[in-house]
Amino acid sequence: MHELSIASSIVKTVLQEVENRNLKTVTLISLRIGALTDIVPDSLQFGFEVIKKDTLLAKTKLQIETLSVKGCCNNCKNSFEVVEFIFICPNCSSGDIDMNQGNELEIAYIEAED
Amino acid sequence: MPEKIAIEKKVLSENDKLAQELRNKFQENRIFVINLVSSPGSGKTSLLEKTVGLLHDKLNIALVAGDVQTENDADRLIKAGGKMVRPIVTGGSCHLDAQMIQKSIQKFDLENIDLFVIENVGNLVCPSSYDLGEDMKIVLISTTEGDDKPLKYPGMFRRSSVMVVNKTDLLGFSDFEINTVKANAKKINGQLEIFELSCRTGEGVSRWAEWLIEQVALKKQKI
Repeated sequence: MHELSIASSIVKTVLQEVENRNLKTVTLISLRIGALTDIVPDSLQFGFEVIKKDTLLAKTKLQIETLSVKGCCNNCKNSFEVVEFIFICPNCSSGDIDMNQGNELEIAYIEAED
Repeated sequence: MPEKIAIEKKVLSENDKLAQELRNKFQENRIFVINLVSSPGSGKTSLLEKTVGLLHDKLNIALVAGDVQTENDADRLIKAGGKMVRPIVTGGSCHLDAQMIQKSIQKFDLENIDLFVIENVGNLVCPSSYDLGEDMKIVLISTTEGDDKPLKYPGMFRRSSVMVVNKTDLLGFSDFEINTVKANAKKINGQLEIFELSCRTGEGVSRWAEWLIEQVALKKQKI
């Protein structure tokens, strides 16, 4: 249950942006979360609701885009979608796989008024 | 009308920045750093007691032991012969973060450390998101757990470089199959190095200790 810490980092980062850019209100925060980050979107939403109270983001909505896990085989260079976190190349069965997507935990954009 | 503003920033960028500072500091001092993670009760502290016992006259080892409450683990490591041991009581937090590590190393003389061990809070989920400046994460699992654990916690097994299977003396007393856990772990992470040992009987522990000595030597050569 580290979603509360994550929510707190999100609020902190966005409040910093509000200050730096002299924004009045933020209506939306859009996140990009990779499927391998072990973050539960519902828990994160809940954490965000708790943390945002009494801040300038009290009315801000949180939008979460989940990214699937993608891998690239170091043996045959095949790029593929990793299903159920099994990192085995469907083409050559090699387990030597680089991960290209799935670790993201990023604030993509915000919607704001100044 | 609200305006869309691109941010493109990692949520944990502050932690990552601190972790990178730590990594640089460890590199300057050629310290090999491991972040030891597991479920509660797999035997992290037992493994470190054994490790300290075997290596304290060969390596300068510093340890920080994270727990939600109590300094019991740190006390055990001191009793086992650990000379540089600091507890980190998180007071509820389910993971260690880079800031806690930064605070904990202030009292250590980094120039005189070969191996730095971070014993994380017992949890296979939350610690995986937080970079602590380590060289590698090492995940510990024991034979009294399910052998499908790598499949249940893929994030942690994917991010780890080594898996240690503890309590091999209890193999046969549960449904845990050593070959199954190894196969499951390899499905998630084909590069995982695997050790099998028993902290209770000491079986396999010397191989683990020798490997640590090798890793410390490799780090000393790294420029």
